[in-house]
Amino acid sequence: MSEVIVITSGKGGVGKTTTTANVGTGLAKLNQKVVLIDTDIGLRNLDVVMGLENRIVYNLVDVVEGNCRIKQALIKDKRYPNLYLLPSAQTRDKTAVTPEQMIKLIDELKEEFDYILLDCPAGIEQGFKNAIAAADRALIVTTPEVSAIRDADRIIGLLEANEIKRTDLIVNRIRMDMVESGNMMSMDDVVEILAIDMIGAVPDDENIVISTNQGEPCVGDDSLAGRAFMNICRRIMGEEVPFLDLKIKGGFFGKLKRLFR
Amino acid sequence: MKFTDFFRRKSSGEVAKDRLKLLLISDRANCSPEIMEAIKNDIIKVITKYMEIDSEGLDIQITQTESEGRNGTVPVLCANIPVKDLKKKS
Repeated sequence: MSEVIVITSGKGGVGKTTTTANVGTGLAKLNQKVVLIDTDIGLRNLDVVMGLENRIVYNLVDVVEGNCRIKQALIKDKRYPNLYLLPSAQTRDKTAVTPEQMIKLIDELKEEFDYILLDCPAGIEQGFKNAIAAADRALIVTTPEVSAIRDADRIIGLLEANEIKRTDLIVNRIRMDMVESGNMMSMDDVVEILAIDMIGAVPDDENIVISTNQGEPCVGDDSLAGRAFMNICRRIMGEEVPFLDLKIKGGFFGKLKRLFR
Repeated sequence: MKFTDFFRRKSSGEVAKDRLKLLLISDRANCSPEIMEAIKNDIIKVITKYMEIDSEGLDIQITQTESEGRNGTVPVLCANIPVKDLKKKS
């Protein structure tokens, strides 16, 4: 049984693409056959975050328009042989694809893959409609900011209206030190406001920047963000995993260690 | 406990949460000012059949209240209608 998951947020820059790359890679690490589809036509980025930008020959629009077969457009990941990327087109716009075409394409991919992850563009226009058309479930990425949460709320409403059966929340870029000092909304605050289930929280971690620079998702490594993303993957697969303590290890020795890192 | 708490000032996190809650009430209600105006006029029409009210001072808005059945809050339409005379002058 394959599952189609759309990663969306409404607002741009909250970490949809990073989340797609990490969750996809994590699921592949857990021996699932995964394909990532970048649906952000005109502003493709998932290829760069995955470090596969030099291998693109065909893209999503080529497949939809019949210029190539799906197999020709799929790029195999450099580290995991059961992980593939279908890149988006850079020189076209969102109207190059319709929701019906997306449904047809994904139906074909379902025969091959366990998980199909769709990286949704920001906004609620055509690109968003294309991305959610074939989705069984959604991961909503938000940060603990007023603007991001407001947009997430709007997206949740639109997903409900489009009868997406299951939506889960990922609170990204949380800083526990600021939560503790009262200067950032906590995960509980965000969950209370949006009233949907949280599948994981990811700390604001410099390792994300480093791994994006290198084009290798950090999921599964021993950084806090890498562990948080791995736990999210396990929960997506139905495993019950307790939430991580996202606090940077405090105490005198912890602080001393950080000082000398 | 933070130093600022001694002055009972709200932390910026709390301010953000309060602002969001209010913002989402009006976002979710998706009620345009025109619709609100139409509702207001209809309420005035109905109530003036039975009593004399101050239609200028009438105020309606959508807010939220704690729900009794479900946990969480539900939207509520609040109307503040100043009554001039409980008996209608015929």
